[in-house]
Amino acid sequence: MMNEVKMEFSAISENEGFARMAAAAFVAPLNPTMEEMADIKTAVSEAVTNAIIHGYEGKNGTVFMTMRRIEQEIYLEIRDDGCGIEDIDRAMEPLYTTKGEMERSGMGFSFMEAFMDRLEVQSEVGKGTVVSMWKVLGREMGYGND
Amino acid sequence: MNEFKQSQMAQYEVLGTNLIIRFKMDLDHHVAEPIRRQADWLIQKDHVRNIVFDFSGAQFLDSSGIGMLMGRYKQIIFQGGKAAVTGIQPPVDRILRISGIYNIMEKYDTAEDAMKSFQ
Repeated sequence: MMNEVKMEFSAISENEGFARMAAAAFVAPLNPTMEEMADIKTAVSEAVTNAIIHGYEGKNGTVFMTMRRIEQEIYLEIRDDGCGIEDIDRAMEPLYTTKGEMERSGMGFSFMEAFMDRLEVQSEVGKGTVVSMWKVLGREMGYGND
Repeated sequence: MNEFKQSQMAQYEVLGTNLIIRFKMDLDHHVAEPIRRQADWLIQKDHVRNIVFDFSGAQFLDSSGIGMLMGRYKQIIFQGGKAAVTGIQPPVDRILRISGIYNIMEKYDTAEDAMKSFQ
């Protein structure tokens, strides 16, 4: 079973909730546990918020989101054409933030890593950032082998 | 633009030197920003010492919500104030645990229980 949804939306904070709900609706047919649902929603929220705050720095822009399902594996991709990340390793360090004055906790990437099976970040300064995340759902029910 | 009203996002109640913030929506970046502004205004105006963050009406928070909690905590801690969280449901509990919030704020069932602990 393969399914794919692609969407794009304005890089405004109001759409963070929309992106979460879309992801929740997309994975719902896989009958995820409450915890798996929370994992997906949190990861999407973090990536989309990053695109809006850091990628576009609050300026106009478009966030591109791809959701793909192959059997029990979910693939989520959140892309922006924003400013890019200079030092990805640094950005992914727990508690590291470039926007401390905005009360960013610096936990965004840590949450994505904690809640998804795999996280990949590709970025080019001046071009944008692609966050790719994978997660197999329904492990408790015996699907998907590690 | 379609903006959520403050009253849709959270309810605020000042009882003595305690501020209770009852979240009514997912606590993400979009919602955390206006709540932060409103909370800071009340903290200043009403000389708030302790804060209760009540999650009875919120099923979700992310790292932006954590940033907002930590920011308010910093506002009151230097005056010897305390912060607590109440009405915690499993998805929120997990985020609070992983982020280390429980190292700085106690969890109680209700706002009344939390306020008793402040005395």
